[in-house]
Amino acid sequence: MNVQIILFIVLATVAAISSVVMITRKNAVISAVFLVLNFFALAGLYLLLNAQFIAVVQVIVYAGAIMVLFLFVLMLLNTETEHKLFVDKRAIKFFAILISFFVFVQVAYLIFHGSPSRTLTPDEAASVKAGTIQAIGQQLYTNYIIPFEVAGFLLLAATVGALVLAKKKFE
Amino acid sequence: MSSIPMEYYLILSAFMFCVGVAGVLIRRNAIVVFMCIELMLNSANLTLVTFSSYLGNSIGQVFVFFVMTVAAAEAAVGLAVIIAIFRNKKTVNIDEINIFKW
Repeated sequence: MNVQIILFIVLATVAAISSVVMITRKNAVISAVFLVLNFFALAGLYLLLNAQFIAVVQVIVYAGAIMVLFLFVLMLLNTETEHKLFVDKRAIKFFAILISFFVFVQVAYLIFHGSPSRTLTPDEAASVKAGTIQAIGQQLYTNYIIPFEVAGFLLLAATVGALVLAKKKFE
Repeated sequence: MSSIPMEYYLILSAFMFCVGVAGVLIRRNAIVVFMCIELMLNSANLTLVTFSSYLGNSIGQVFVFFVMTVAAAEAAVGLAVIIAIFRNKKTVNIDEINIFKW
């Protein structure tokens, strides 16, 4: 067993278990903390996939900015009625798990049936080159310059929209 | 990277997506439902990065960048909507926020 496989097993286990723990905890703050753990495990997996830039952005944007926003709103709103919010109806829980399990079985069957690794010969050098900030920046500023500008405009619109929606006198 | 089959990453991603779906269906706290949507977006990101890395092509990672932008905008606007609803109805239970239902 080389170190990559051990790292993959550890990180994948952490990601899978933290996601399950996240949806089963009654306390929303604990859910948020386990989601942060899940994001860190995913950042490790991105590093394992040679995607350095995405791994760093994952930690800064997701685990940093977005989860701070979530925790801020969680602390701001009243969480003492948290236990009443957790669904008690067994039927809903049962059907939810059944539906998601069937979706998982279908997707897993498709993945193993298609088995993309059979037709794909991974090229380690090309993969390392693709994950650098240079390659991604080159794509962003040449072929994807219009989507990049639209994304900037979207962030501006979201900032203005969030301000207007969360304002005190909302009518 | 090359010693790990690509399917393992895809299975992990599918598992996380299904956990996110189950979370959206069983949780009743609007903020936790939003967090489950973030989980599903992240599992899609993992698939994109996996294919991008195994194909040696950086366009998949450019798309992950855009998905993160949209997720940030969505979180900001969604949480503002939840704050506005909480101010009016004093709850974040999505079973009680049913003013569009008739």
